[in-house]
Amino acid sequence: MNASTIDFPVQMNRNESNAPGQNMQKPNSPEPEAHAIAPATAFQIGKLSVSFGAHTVLKDVSLDIKARSVTAIIGPSGCGKSTFLRSLNRMHELVPDARMTGTIRLFGENIYGPEIDPVVVRRRVGMVFQKSNPFPTMSISENVTVGLRLNGIRNKGILQERLEKSLKMAALWDEVKDRLNAASTSLSGGQQQRLCIARALAVEPEVILMDEPASALDPLATTKIEELILDLKKDFTIVIVTHNMQQAARISDQTAFFYLGELVEYAATRKIFTNPSVKQTEDYVTGRFG
Amino acid sequence: MGRWASVPPASAGPFQNLGMKTKDPGGDAGFSQDTGVKSPWDSIFKWFTFLMAMSVIALIFLVGYELFKSSRLSISKFGWRFLVSSDWDPVAEQFGALPFIFGTLVSSLIALIIAVPLSIGTALYLTELAPVWVRAPLAFLVQLLSAVPSVILGLWGIFVMVPWLRENLFPWLRSAFGFSPLFQGPIYGVSILAGGIIIAIMILPIITSVSREIIRSVPGLQREAAYALGATRWEVTRIAVLSYAKKGLFGAVILGLGRALGETMAVTMVIGNRPEIAKSLFAPGYTLASVVANEFAEATTEIYLHALFEIGLVLLGVTVLVNALAQLLLRAFGGSGVKA
Ligand SMILES: Nc1ncnc2c1ncn2[C@@H]1O[C@H](COP(=O)(O)OP(=O)(O)O)[C@@H](O)[C@H]1O
Ligand SMILES: [Mg+2]
Repeated sequence: MNASTIDFPVQMNRNESNAPGQNMQKPNSPEPEAHAIAPATAFQIGKLSVSFGAHTVLKDVSLDIKARSVTAIIGPSGCGKSTFLRSLNRMHELVPDARMTGTIRLFGENIYGPEIDPVVVRRRVGMVFQKSNPFPTMSISENVTVGLRLNGIRNKGILQERLEKSLKMAALWDEVKDRLNAASTSLSGGQQQRLCIARALAVEPEVILMDEPASALDPLATTKIEELILDLKKDFTIVIVTHNMQQAARISDQTAFFYLGELVEYAATRKIFTNPSVKQTEDYVTGRFG
Repeated sequence: MGRWASVPPASAGPFQNLGMKTKDPGGDAGFSQDTGVKSPWDSIFKWFTFLMAMSVIALIFLVGYELFKSSRLSISKFGWRFLVSSDWDPVAEQFGALPFIFGTLVSSLIALIIAVPLSIGTALYLTELAPVWVRAPLAFLVQLLSAVPSVILGLWGIFVMVPWLRENLFPWLRSAFGFSPLFQGPIYGVSILAGGIIIAIMILPIITSVSREIIRSVPGLQREAAYALGATRWEVTRIAVLSYAKKGLFGAVILGLGRALGETMAVTMVIGNRPEIAKSLFAPGYTLASVVANEFAEATTEIYLHALFEIGLVLLGVTVLVNALAQLLLRAFGGSGVKA
């Protein structure tokens, strides 16, 4: 893992929102400049291995994830899909004895470089979880803007603008625009999940990771999320874990099949589902195991 | 989510239960009362628990009634004047509770000011920050503190803490904050401030361990939500943990306050036991609980005895009132906290 020589874009120098006297500072809006020059590859993952204690969960995974497209991660449960996803924004480090080797580059930058703060990585790589987790003490609007406020943005106009933009992108605006100050817990399950997506979008990350985002939702809410994902890939890179084959087929451009911690096959979604090269993949996508 | 958020104040009196009529925000309610099939056990169980809850309330009223009966002489002689008079002269048979009410409230307030940040800080350290292997032993040590008998703590207070306060802390406070009347005047060591500090030590373990349970009950998914937004550890604590737990933490503090108001032995040993209302925290004071404990044996006249019983009644009233006030506060300002 050699340290990156590329300088971080401006957006990564985050304000410490708690530091007194900094509120007046011009907010560093995390404008995704990287998008303007986005090369085709968002993540370059080389020989990634992750272990928890003595238990190796991912073994030598190498793949490139295309920018502004949807990449689906499929595989039987326990094969390391979530772990893989979480290594992309260093969330797996929250587990005390987690260890990782290999390299992960995000738009050319080694996100595991010695000088890189995981906090900064997570600003660039947002995440949506299986179970929706809005902050229950915050209103709908506070939930969406909390990431911006952490960034030190206090300007009401900017917050309002981002609030509306994010909720629109998350296809939630029309449903909540009249009750932005209502409790986030007053929303339905599907709405709460879209609120979480809006919350992740508000800080304008470059990548959004989704770990089975619709698995706890009813079919209608699932459809909404899927449409939303297709919409979002115009602006964002999306990596989604799903155990639903049809869903992967419907929404993703590339699909990676994991089995027992190894990447078995990675190709265009159409190929994976119609003409996979590996027998194991075929067995899995046709439902013969898993 | 947090059982504690609704349950903890139970031992602080039945008045805490007022806050429980709240709706569950998540889908983790578990049981619903109207799930079609009803077994007779449901209603038996319901009535049984209702009876238990009522008996606690009945007990409080019974105690209140007994105290009232035993203090009727004093009540009929002094009336409401008892609450606002500062006279405490057993020889002249003049009795007033104000200095004791003052001493109780002020020493408890001091205790809270010291203990709340320390306890919640400790609880946060024990759940969020400390290396995993030190968490359990450290939590055990904190609990051990609550096992120290009050009288032992009082002895330590007299022989170790008070001299240290007299020689070191108080002179320093006076030179640093002497502009405020709170920190002026002669220093004896025994004082209302010393009483407050001892009470703080006594309520620290309970607030810490209840807070720890509450903080531990904050779902990991809440923390992850904050981390995923790029929050630092402190920011996660603030936006995901503390705001989620604040109602429960308030309950923990009220539990501690309940203890503080009634704390007797150790505080009697260091507060100075002088029924006066002084501006300075260095001045000796007296609490409701202390005067009952101290003077009960020497209350030879009937009116003296009845006055002491009335002091007990006032203590009960103050405790109930403070708890009720806390509930109101919780409803008025805690509205945005997570309801249990
Ligand atoms: N925090 C953790 N500590 C220890 N082992 C873990 C942890 N998280 C996941 N694992 C292990 O890693 C393996 C892969 O888990 P995960 O990535 O969650 O799989 P998937 O998302 O594909 O179901 C499992 O065997 C699981 O037991
Ligand atoms: Mg998973």
